[in-house]
Amino acid sequence: MEQNHVAHTDHFDPVASKIGMWLFIFTEILLFGGLFIVYSVYRFNHQVEFHLAAEELDVTLGLINTIILLVSSMTVAISITALQLGNKKLSLIMVAVTIILALVFLVNKYFEWGAKIHHDIYPGSEFLMSLSKGDMLFFGLYFFMTGLHAIHIIVGVALLGVVFVKIKNGSVNQNRYSLLENGGLYWHLVDLIWIFLFPLFYLIH
Amino acid sequence: MTGNFTTHRMPSYLEHQGKYTGIRAWILSTDHKRIALLYLYSQLFFFLAGLVMGIFMKLELIAPGQQLMGPQAYNALFTVHGLTMIFLFIIPGLAASFGNFMIPIMIGAKDVAFPKLNLFSWYLFIAGAVIILIGIFSGDGPPDTGWTFYAPYSLKTNTNVVLSVFGAFVLGFSSILTGLNFIVTIHRMRAPGMGFFRMPLFIWSLYGTAWIQLLATPVVGITFLMVVADRMLDIGFFDPAKGGDPVLYQHLFWIYSHPAVYIMILPAMGAITEIIVTFSRRTVFGYKAIAMSSLAIAFVGYLVWGHHMFTSGMSETARLVFSFLTFLVAIPSAIKVFNWTATLYKGSISLEPPFWWAMAFIFIFMIGGFTGLILGSVSTDVHVHDTVFVVAHFHYIVFGGAGIAFFAALHYWYPKMFGKMYDKKVANLGLIGLFIGFNTTYMPMFFLGYLGMPRRYYDYLPQFADLNFLSTVGSWIMAASLIVVIVNLLRAKKLSHQEMDDPWGGRTLEWKIESPPSLENFEEIPVIDSEAYELKTK
Repeated sequence: MEQNHVAHTDHFDPVASKIGMWLFIFTEILLFGGLFIVYSVYRFNHQVEFHLAAEELDVTLGLINTIILLVSSMTVAISITALQLGNKKLSLIMVAVTIILALVFLVNKYFEWGAKIHHDIYPGSEFLMSLSKGDMLFFGLYFFMTGLHAIHIIVGVALLGVVFVKIKNGSVNQNRYSLLENGGLYWHLVDLIWIFLFPLFYLIH
Repeated sequence: MTGNFTTHRMPSYLEHQGKYTGIRAWILSTDHKRIALLYLYSQLFFFLAGLVMGIFMKLELIAPGQQLMGPQAYNALFTVHGLTMIFLFIIPGLAASFGNFMIPIMIGAKDVAFPKLNLFSWYLFIAGAVIILIGIFSGDGPPDTGWTFYAPYSLKTNTNVVLSVFGAFVLGFSSILTGLNFIVTIHRMRAPGMGFFRMPLFIWSLYGTAWIQLLATPVVGITFLMVVADRMLDIGFFDPAKGGDPVLYQHLFWIYSHPAVYIMILPAMGAITEIIVTFSRRTVFGYKAIAMSSLAIAFVGYLVWGHHMFTSGMSETARLVFSFLTFLVAIPSAIKVFNWTATLYKGSISLEPPFWWAMAFIFIFMIGGFTGLILGSVSTDVHVHDTVFVVAHFHYIVFGGAGIAFFAALHYWYPKMFGKMYDKKVANLGLIGLFIGFNTTYMPMFFLGYLGMPRRYYDYLPQFADLNFLSTVGSWIMAASLIVVIVNLLRAKKLSHQEMDDPWGGRTLEWKIESPPSLENFEEIPVIDSEAYELKTK
């Protein structure tokens, strides 16, 4: 399909690709926005149950994961600046660190979810069904929203993996770094959503 | 406008020989014109499939009692009819086919901003369609919830809801990416001199549509995912037995699905504007008013979803506010209709087929709009809610409005897209048949609904028999005319280049290039030095 667009391959518009990425981020925020609406309505309807259920969550693990994501946002930002300044090596290291931090986040998540499931708390479990409606909704929302967020982390890791390879072989470079920048934007989005999820589930008492 | 357009003819996008041949030259092409045709053909295919289902529904309703099918089959049929017509035909609608074809040409660009993403959107569209098809023919039978998938029934029914809902989610993704592509294209790819207020009004309407696609679709996307999670993981977001709230589902669904009506109708209005300007042979009346009314519809259309839920359990205040906002949307719509009429005034009107299609659109859309006011006011809505009155109104807007505009646009741009001209007399005859058939089918449903005939039942009381029979006869006239229209288009004949490049005397950029256009549309990017609709004919 390339040959159809000889004129387009040399026409590259970084501004267009950045606008496109921002628009995509709007849609992601609205996607989670729907869930935040559902959360608010049910929190309002079942205040006591949500309050008690939230105490079941492990604040320490949540806090560690928050710090991990905040740091990873910083490393991806460093990587962009490094590439803009022509420091390819630092840029590569920082993308790699970001990916590793993301994987650590997922491992933590695995243990956190595992503990819940071990205690028979998961959507549809007999134990959860025996609890109040507010509990069912709280843990339903917890698994659904953190699960959807985890899927976004996985997509982000894949995206940053592609960026890593492209920086390495030079197709993403000092003069043409839109892909890295967009990958970074996406990563900040994933971080931002967690910044809202963490207090909503772990901190509000 | 400067730039030389006709030094020598390049091979058209239909003839252009790229790396691939055969079918791969189409499904691997990132040319916006070829992608537009891929959309056009797939949409027309789904339209005809939906039409056949509609005919069978009308046949079942020809007389009281069971004719062809029982209640379960009828429920499945109206659900699949709705899914096909809405998600696979009219939501991609004029934007995916004519928008894809015309946006780059009308703003003086060689392609959209992200050609590969454009092709990917079409793949997603087909993937969504295939998922829905699998859902229809596998598992425990086609969904029977209606296209709205209202909870809690959609959580309880044994039919194959999960796949249909997930298919709709994938289609939403396709719609979002198309909208994103169009917004960036319109912002970044306009030819030098083509300011925002020099763009043809079709582009303005697509711009408004693209923002709705982008901002409304994610909400229904996540809602559909929640339905899937409810069914597969037993979460209970919308299941009252587990604390969920079915009315919340309705809110989330309509937050998208009302703006979706404007995704359907806005590009239609844009295409009608183009047609009226061209055949009035004068510049448009109230350019800025029409452009801004598109954005106003997109914006206010966001805030009116509650009018679908007047009887679902909302506070009195909410109902009054939603009713008031609904009346507000009538204003920008009326601005368009008045400006079209004012454009016709003292124009030198040329009575070609696309013009007649546009007139049919205005007439039918007006009836749809006025009956919409009856539904928008709370007290009258409570009377006709969930009757076939609603079905009639909806079809006047979506089929008689957006659908007829789709065919109007097809007749208008057909010579440009294919370099061929259909038989104009047959086109007019087809339209007359369709117009009569359409009104015979749906007009009686207004009366039936007002008399209290509920929608979505395979059977009805004997006193409704006469009007239902009339309506069924109308559906035959309508289907027959549509076949005439489509066959006539397929039998279109090649004319000489001189006759085809600008058969209507158009005033926008697409009529200044060859028919069919060459691969890159323009040999050199044009420089625009005149206002919209004031391009001189060459």
